[in-house]
Order: sequence, then C-alpha cells, then structure tokens
Amino acid sequence: MTDIATYNFAYLDEQTKRMIRRAILKGIAIPGYQVPFASREMPMPYGWGTGGVQVTASIIGPDDVLKVIDQGADDTTNAVSIRAFFKKVANVAVTTDTASATIIQTRHRIPEHPLTAGQVLVYQVPIPEPLRFLEPRETETRKMHALEEYGLMHVKLYEDIARHGRIATTYAYPVKVEGRYVMDPSPTPKFDNPKMHRSPALQLFGAGREKRIYAVPPFTEVVSLDFEDHPFEVQTFDQPCALCAAENVYLDEVILDDHGGHMFVCSDTDHCEKRREEGHRGHLAPEMTEPAQ
Amino acid sequence: MTDEPLLRVSALSKFYGSRVGCDNVSFDLSPGEVLAVVGESGSGKTTVLNCLSTRLLPSSGTASYRMRDGQFRELYRMSEAERRFLMRTDWGFVHQNPADGLRMTVSAGANVGERLMAVGDRHYGKIRATAVDWLSRVEIDEDRIDDEPRAFSGGMRQRLQIARNLVTGPRLVFMDEPTGGLDVSVQARLLDLLRGLVTDLGLAAIVVTHDLAVARLLSQRMMVMKDGRVVESGLTDRVLDDPRAPYTQLLVSSILQV
Repeated sequence: MTDIATYNFAYLDEQTKRMIRRAILKGIAIPGYQVPFASREMPMPYGWGTGGVQVTASIIGPDDVLKVIDQGADDTTNAVSIRAFFKKVANVAVTTDTASATIIQTRHRIPEHPLTAGQVLVYQVPIPEPLRFLEPRETETRKMHALEEYGLMHVKLYEDIARHGRIATTYAYPVKVEGRYVMDPSPTPKFDNPKMHRSPALQLFGAGREKRIYAVPPFTEVVSLDFEDHPFEVQTFDQPCALCAAENVYLDEVILDDHGGHMFVCSDTDHCEKRREEGHRGHLAPEMTEPAQ
Repeated sequence: MTDEPLLRVSALSKFYGSRVGCDNVSFDLSPGEVLAVVGESGSGKTTVLNCLSTRLLPSSGTASYRMRDGQFRELYRMSEAERRFLMRTDWGFVHQNPADGLRMTVSAGANVGERLMAVGDRHYGKIRATAVDWLSRVEIDEDRIDDEPRAFSGGMRQRLQIARNLVTGPRLVFMDEPTGGLDVSVQARLLDLLRGLVTDLGLAAIVVTHDLAVARLLSQRMMVMKDGRVVESGLTDRVLDDPRAPYTQLLVSSILQV
C-alpha cells in the first residue's frame, strides 16, 4: 500500500476535476475572460493558493514534473508545502529546475529562465478582477468587461501620474489580452509583464476564494496598458545580484544586520543557484567551499 | 441647422405595479432648447427623466433621439452597449447629489478626464490640459485638480460634476434638481454658470426641479406634472405669468415672497 491510497489521485474527486477542466478550457477559448467555477475547500486557508492548487490538481498527471515557487523562491514555506502536498496526493516527481518542470505553480513571479512550449504556468491569484478597486460592484464590472468599457482602468493610471509623476503601479499591472479583455496578471511585479507576451507556455490563473479561473493560451498578445506620453516600462536595478552578479533580473532586498546592511539578490532562487554553479560570483557571494570530506 | 427635434417622446408611460410613475407623456425637444419639468414630490418628474436617460425602461411609449449622423434612433431598441456609449459621449446626467455622479475617491482631474479616456483618449498631457480648461470654465482653481471631490464643498462638487459631464461636448444634458441642497448664494452662482454654459455650447437640456425660480431662469419651455400626468405645458414665461390649469395656479401662488 502506498501513501496515496487514502486520497483520490491529486486530492480532488474526478467530478470536481472535470468541472475545473471545463472552466480551464473555456478560459483558454476566451483569453483573459474570468470563468466562474465551483471552487472547493482545500486543506489550506484562502490566500495560500487554493485556486492555483485546484488548477494544478486538475491538470496534473502521473508523468508530470512539478515545480512550485513562492515569490520566485523554491524553498519558502508555501512552495515547500504545496510541493510536498502533490508529492503525497499524486505521487509525482518534483523539481526546482525550471527547464525540466512540466507544470510550474507560481505565487507572484514568472521564472527568469525562458519557458518553452509544453510547459504550463499556474498562477495563484488573490483578486482576479482588475477593476475591483475602481468599481466595487461585481455586476457592474462584469458588464464593463462584456461591453469592453475600460476607460476606468486608465483613470487609475492617470491618478498614478497625477500623484507621483509617473505610473507608480509596480505589481498587478493591468494588461490587455489579445486586444480584448483587460486582465489582472495576479500580483506579479510588472517586471514580468513582458514575459507573458507571446509566451510559448500555457498560462492558467486560479483564484480560489473569488472562484474564478482565467487563461492566456500560448503565443497570445499580452499588452500592458499605458499612455502615449507615459509608456509602460519595467523596473530597473542599479546593481547586479549580490550572489550571482546577474543583471536584468528581478531582485529582492535582503536585510543583513541591524545596522542598515542589505543586499539585492535574485528573487528566482533556482536561476541564482544555477548561475553560481556555473561559476558566476557576485560581490557578496561566499567563497567556493571545499566538497565535504 | 435643421428644424427637426433632437428628441421625440411619445406616449411615455411607466407603471410601478399598479402605481403610476408617469402616464402618457409626449413632447419634442429641439436642439439647444431647455425644458423644465416641474411638479411636487412624487409627481413623476424624476421617473420621466430616468426613462428618457434610459436608466429606467418605460412600460410603454417610445422616445427617439436624433444621432449625430442625423438619423433618428429609438432609445429603447438600442443595445445596451450603444445606450451606454451615447450616455458617456452625446449625453450628460447631472445628479442632485454630486456623490452619485462623481467618483469620490479619484482626483478632480481624473473625474473630468474619465469620459475622455472612456472614448479612447490615451495622451496624459492632453487629457490633463482639457481637465484644467474645464475646471477653469466651472470656476474651480487649477491647483485643486489633484484633490479628491471629498475635499470639495457642495457647490464645488456640483460644478465639478457639470464639468465632468460636459467635457465630451454632449448635445443633451439631463439634470435632476441641479441646485437642490445648496444655499441660495451658491445656487445663484451655479445657475449663472449653467445658463452661460448652456447658451455658449448650445446644449439642449431637460431640467427636473421643484423650484420654479430655477425653471424660470434656465428654461425656455416648461412642463407641469401632477400624479404622473402633464397638466400644463408651454413657454416658461407664459406658464408662470398666466397659469391656466388649477394645479399650476396653485403651484405659482405657493411661491414664498421674501
């Protein structure tokens, strides 16, 4: 008897997976459209990725290789727990290597390593409605999507420029998918927005509490909204990663001591480790350690 | 300039169950004409306004609007998308309570600019310049452009609401008690401003009010309603100086003299 005997494969029952797959297929057919689905209770609290876990559970098969990241890192609580969860309930192979994963469940980052055709990126989404903070009524926002009334989205960007002199939205930056639906790319930094554009990988978005699934099929146009005189631009960093000296990657600030010491390191831990294995060294990287005796 | 009306309303009725909202209301509105709808509370004047602005669907009757291409379109047969487009380009709606017509949590500039962005304007500098221009036309200081309407007085909010509605150059504006709840000196300035704008822009307007003085100042024509029916209509000066229907006579004689 194996560990998985007490659960149905991948935790969810087959009827539920079927229902979620239908929602996913509809989402793929209408890129960027939020498809309602009957979200289930999962053995974790809302806000911890219940939507993403249900999507992953519905598409995962015994041959899949799963990678889970939380803010880019493979070794944080959320990532470790979800990886262990699927190892237990689906008995699938897990990895931290972006290139060899077939399904990557992510909380708020797109890996630095370019995704390839055949890979699926599953986003955990807290609030799927990009218009939510501008228009609180769901009935009204659904109508606005249906009638393509997106002037309000630019009101938000206008407010940014009026207050800060530039578009200060740095994450959950609204995008227009295939020239039709305005979509919230989940709270990924806007640094990752260009990676969504014409990505060869399938991108699925699951919001468990809000009970919505949406999708961006491979090679779909994803355009960040902006103004003609204030074009969209991504964050830039003054210095490379302190550990692997990578440039043009998204960096996290890490506090080192109580005296204001800090460093900027890759948010994508897998990318950073791979680079260090290849011999790249940042100015704060530890010396090469001797192999253990 | 054609002699054709801008709006044709014929036998408009709205029933709330067995209660009458408005019954058999018909009139034509010419371009640039201001029509006042007066009557006591519950006389159906707001129902008429809401039906015409398609915020409410009537029980029976028709209303057709002459689009910019000169074609008459029946309002209640348009798709919702078309109606909403009309609403934010060719029409304006000034609510009695500015909070209903404004976005209270975004700045004055964005409130004015929203309609421009909704019709596809994507140049921040131009949108802002237009907002500045409109704020000055409704006598709001340019340095208040980034303040939220929450920080504005009642009169300023109402003026901001007017600017927000007029920025796309509408041809028809609906006003529901535009001066309600304002004190008399603020009311006077607002009326003065409205009168100037309506004349300058050649706006047609339907103004619902219970204040006969407002009707006298703003409108050329007037419709008196009671219990959902039109009891008298005609030129404003004629109706007020020589009221014929008993109810109008009562209404006119009820004005308090200072």
